[in-house]
Amino acid sequence: MTDNHQGIITHNIIMDFLTGDKNIRILHGIDIAIAAGKLTMLVGPSGSGKTTLLSILAGILTPTQGEVIINGLNITTLPDNDKVLFRRQHIGFIFQQFNLIPTLTVAENVAIPLVARGVDLNIAIPQGNQILEKLGMASNVNKLPKQLSGGQQQRVAIARALIHNPDIIICDEPTAALDAHTGQTVMTILRENALQADRVVLVVTHDTRIYHFSDRIIHLNDGKIDKDETQEEGIS
Amino acid sequence: MIQPMQKIAIKMLTGDRAKFYGLVFGIVFATFLMAQQVSIFFGIMDRTANQIIDVHEANIWVMDPLVEYVDEVKPLRDIDLQRVRSVQGVQWAVPFFKGFAIMNTPGLSVKQVLLLGVDDATLIGRPPLMSFGQWEDLKLPDSIIIDRAGWDLIWGNEPYKYGKVVEINDIRLIVVGVSNSAAPFATFPIAYTRYSIANRVTMPGRSRMPFILARSATPEQTAQLINKTTGLKALTNVEFQKQTKDYYMHNTGIPVNFGITIVLGFIIGAAIAGQTFFIFVLENLRHFGGLKAFGVTNRQILGMVLTQAAYVAFIGFSLGIGLCTLFFDLTSNILPLRGIFLTWPVVLGTAISVVVIMFLSSVISIRKVLVLDPAIVFRG
Repeated sequence: MTDNHQGIITHNIIMDFLTGDKNIRILHGIDIAIAAGKLTMLVGPSGSGKTTLLSILAGILTPTQGEVIINGLNITTLPDNDKVLFRRQHIGFIFQQFNLIPTLTVAENVAIPLVARGVDLNIAIPQGNQILEKLGMASNVNKLPKQLSGGQQQRVAIARALIHNPDIIICDEPTAALDAHTGQTVMTILRENALQADRVVLVVTHDTRIYHFSDRIIHLNDGKIDKDETQEEGIS
Repeated sequence: MIQPMQKIAIKMLTGDRAKFYGLVFGIVFATFLMAQQVSIFFGIMDRTANQIIDVHEANIWVMDPLVEYVDEVKPLRDIDLQRVRSVQGVQWAVPFFKGFAIMNTPGLSVKQVLLLGVDDATLIGRPPLMSFGQWEDLKLPDSIIIDRAGWDLIWGNEPYKYGKVVEINDIRLIVVGVSNSAAPFATFPIAYTRYSIANRVTMPGRSRMPFILARSATPEQTAQLINKTTGLKALTNVEFQKQTKDYYMHNTGIPVNFGITIVLGFIIGAAIAGQTFFIFVLENLRHFGGLKAFGVTNRQILGMVLTQAAYVAFIGFSLGIGLCTLFFDLTSNILPLRGIFLTWPVVLGTAISVVVIMFLSSVISIRKVLVLDPAIVFRG
């Protein structure tokens, strides 16, 4: 994959953290290319650096060394404010704990990525409601998050991640807070609604029950890529 | 015009009812206490000069040079009246008695009253407003007018009527009217009689003239001329009001007492609002982190927090001032509180204080949010 290809490319990502007076290396030169149109999973044990790598790919953290190129743009060199604007435009997030604002309704929560761009609630909410309808949540638009089950809340989070039609969907442990059956349902919805030919879907997880939803699994261990498997090649 | 993220900010805040009501309560408390105490303070300070204000006809007060305020009385000589009248620019000058007396209501009560003796011929110094009767009846023999507070104190709810008998130093006087005088600083009833009667009932045989009231077309210049010519102290009524108020400001504990209460109101309000707001932001830190991840800029975040602060300030201030207005409205008919009310400068000063409170409350929280690492949302 060339740097201009649709998707995410990293060159030699190194991440060090200063803890006290010690420099701890979390990522040891990560080189990956994640293509659009595929559901890619980043897996590994706790402390392997998955979340750190995810934060770097999302433009939230700046690596100590290396580059992240998204759809041909080197986001590593962008000023902080431009990174914020890039995320607003191109990235959708789904979090482990859903991260829905408890005092906003479902519709208002979904509308936030558009509202962040300055779109009025009166315009953003109907757009969000269309997506919620596709996800089977039309009857819950005026409910508060606390009135929903875990699976329903994650559907709302998926709708929020999709409302602004981003190029990249980043999911951090999307099924960790859900039971097995609900987790399967959420992943099915994610795959059916989020995955598009021109969109990268990256899922960080250590839930082996959902591995079969992926097109590719990258195994991370101690800050290094341990294994890189595709469904065609067979996933262990 | 409210931006979309600011609407989200308000919804975030108002949805957390416990925090929202706590914040509003803090501001209502601070607003009410500050506005009410400042108003009462100014009202009481105004009372120190009310006897000066009530004398509408004169614009110059003449007194012994050692007198510092209106409640300090030192008799002048009878000849001083003529000396003042002879000063160029003085249109007229009359004696004015001020002192305390024990008023006995046979079979009912014994009360200390503030006795004012107005000029016998012209009745200058008379009560400005009457609730019952006519001030001209002071010309009747042995007549006296009592103010509303005095009537209430002695005769309670009994309707005003002509002819009540009181005694001062065993001299009988007939109540011919009830005045609507402004409240004095010392909450004694005010009684008006003629100058000659006042002298007769308080200390028979010796003239006691603490003040000379005068009028001039050019009061400032004439007052200075009286000072220079007679050696007496002459002040315009405005100057005398200020001097009297300044005396009480600098020589009593009133400003300190009220100042402490007002400052406490400010501090407590700020503490409640500040702590509640900080807790609100702390509890929503993950959500602010999420918003940052979604691409909400620090500038937008700052706007959100300031909007929340401004919203609480507006609602709390409005309710607080409303309560204060209601308080003064409900107490307007209570005689001891008459003449004390909320004024626009107090409202404006309180509004500024509330803005400062919410600014201080939000500034610590703002810093926490601005330096927040959005990666917080990736930690379980």
